[in-house]
Amino acid sequence: MRIAFGLIRADAGELMIRGKRVQLASPADAIAAGIGMVHQQFSLVAAMTVAENVALGGKGRLDIDAVSRTIAELGERTGLTLDPRARVADLGSADRQKLEIMRTLAHDAHTIILDEPTAVLTPTDVTELFTQLRAFAASGGTVILITHKLRDALAYADDVTVLRHGRTVLTGRMSEASAHSLTTAMIGSTSQTSDGSSTTVDTVDRPAHPAVATISQVVIDLHDPGAQPVSLQIERGEIVGIAALEGKAAGLLRMLAGRLVPDTGMVSIPEHVGFVPENRQEEAIIPDFTLTENLALKDAGVRSGKFDWYDFHTRATTVIAEFDVKVDSSESTARLLSGGNQQRFVLGRELSENPPLLVLENPTQGLDVKAAAAIHFRVREAATRGTAVAFYSSDLDELAELSSRVVVMRRSGMVVCAPDREVIGRLLLETELSAVHG
Amino acid sequence: MAELTLLADALVRSTPLILAGLAVALAFRGGVFNIGAEGQLLAGATASTTVSLAFGNSLGGLTPLLGALAGMMAGALWAGIAAELKRRFHVLEIISTIMLNFISIHLVSYLVRGPLQEPTRIYPQTETIAESAHLPIVLPGTRLHLGFVIAVFTALLLAWYFQRTASGFRVRATGASPAAAQSAGRIDVARTSFLVFVASGALAGLAGSIEVSGVTFALYENLSPGHGYTAIAVALIAGLNPVGVVGSGIFFGLLETGATALQRDFAIPSSLASVTEAALILAVLSFAAWRGRTVFGLRERVSA
Repeated sequence: MRIAFGLIRADAGELMIRGKRVQLASPADAIAAGIGMVHQQFSLVAAMTVAENVALGGKGRLDIDAVSRTIAELGERTGLTLDPRARVADLGSADRQKLEIMRTLAHDAHTIILDEPTAVLTPTDVTELFTQLRAFAASGGTVILITHKLRDALAYADDVTVLRHGRTVLTGRMSEASAHSLTTAMIGSTSQTSDGSSTTVDTVDRPAHPAVATISQVVIDLHDPGAQPVSLQIERGEIVGIAALEGKAAGLLRMLAGRLVPDTGMVSIPEHVGFVPENRQEEAIIPDFTLTENLALKDAGVRSGKFDWYDFHTRATTVIAEFDVKVDSSESTARLLSGGNQQRFVLGRELSENPPLLVLENPTQGLDVKAAAAIHFRVREAATRGTAVAFYSSDLDELAELSSRVVVMRRSGMVVCAPDREVIGRLLLETELSAVHG
Repeated sequence: MAELTLLADALVRSTPLILAGLAVALAFRGGVFNIGAEGQLLAGATASTTVSLAFGNSLGGLTPLLGALAGMMAGALWAGIAAELKRRFHVLEIISTIMLNFISIHLVSYLVRGPLQEPTRIYPQTETIAESAHLPIVLPGTRLHLGFVIAVFTALLLAWYFQRTASGFRVRATGASPAAAQSAGRIDVARTSFLVFVASGALAGLAGSIEVSGVTFALYENLSPGHGYTAIAVALIAGLNPVGVVGSGIFFGLLETGATALQRDFAIPSSLASVTEAALILAVLSFAAWRGRTVFGLRERVSA
């Protein structure tokens, strides 16, 4: 989609728009070719009016009256009506979405790409949005809808393509697809156990050993009035995989890592916790600092007095050697390392004092297969030594492969299940359906 | 001997630049864009003068020390206003500190015409402080006072602080990446920023105090010809390195005293020195940007 909108260039293959091969070097080219994109995050200027926002990206003289007339015309043609003089800051999510679509139409788009457009909308707004999109399609336009909400896709789309790990796994008429066939395509291979609810253990956690970390009656998402309090215990030496919708596990993980204190409920974690966050470059390391300094960064908040750089240097060197980090010396800046090497360094640093608990967030995202395998190996090794591990992954394969037990976060609470991608996938998708229409 | 006097004058001139430059370097390294060294310096000068006048000769040689402490506290307090505004209401310090500069400039104007004016009520300045409140001269026959030594010593101390202490490392980490400092380092970033801000103000206040007890011996308008602003250039050109600040501070001191001499002896406008300073800053910043480095985090901040 980013290729179709000219944000990135294709490595291979070609792009055809209305039967013509095109090269898009920038979003401006894409707009000129009649493609409009509505991003998941709105790209509107809040301090400006509706008309001014529509005029953004236009060429030549700015004629607000002409833009206002265009908006009125569009309203008559498509049913999308907004006051051109309203300030965007005063509009709700649904109206902002409408404005995004209007802007693409005002630039004569014949194809609109929408990235998860319903994420911020109420169910009523969703229905209205799709009615308008159908009307646009009926008038000869094309709509490309990117969504992970099966219901939306099933109800409103003509054709469907399922992508998994960047590959097309299914494409065809929506009338020939079913919720089951889409689910199967999204999760991957089917095995015969897929209907076996017996693999779902239970909703209560039963530790055999004293727990290393305990979460009890904590409400993770305070913005969701329907969210139920959750409880979780993690034992010594086990690897707990956490499956959740995009972004829904971050709060829980940060609580486990001691980076976030819940408003309700109780979290009991050990004093030392290793934490490997997802956005490595922003949260785990300081790219401009040397590896020695990045090692010293861990727990810098609780240290006092003088720094013994020789000690940090020695420890950084040990991490580099033990975790196979490819770098000249610990005095190189972290920026120079590849993603895999940075991740190994971070993991090594977080494990360097044998913490009783290790928390990981998408630990192998962006890494190649070999680098990912190395990370998995290290995590298992730590668990064997007795470290309790909790990790979130958006990759079902990784959850199934690495976990000794999987916890699926649903709105209604947490469900424990076996590390089977089929089961995890099904439980997650049920969550998604309930998230939309629950 | 004339050269020595001239050199000593340059070092005297560089003293407030070094101290205020260190204030800016400390703040910028900690990710705090304190543009208010000028105002904090004036606050320090005011407090120091007031304390020195109040105690007169009664304390003997201790007066400059007490004045310095008062100056640091006043500078810290003045910066503390902006720091608290930042912590509580997320007010951008770039704006608040500039505004506070204007307030303190005009406050000094008022004070030297009102409550603090000398008894004859002729000149818009305070009484001169007692002899015992003066900083000792370190190079006999010149005007070079102890303040310069203090400035150099402070620079070394700050360098040591950044490199060798846990607290200094926290400041650097907070400045380099607040998110990583908070998450990986478990550093209380808000608290660190606040403390850095206040400490930076204290250093600028010390600059003002030393200017009073070493050079001007009284408070008056235009006591600082923009030392607090030049200090930003001093710090940036030094790459925010405390020891480098001594070098660039002396360089600017030479430039400014040289310009005065040129104007006096050859009628070359001293504004030429300001032009040179500004051109130099532009050159250094462009060079840093050209090398693909963010200009000490400033670019990211402005675009954010």
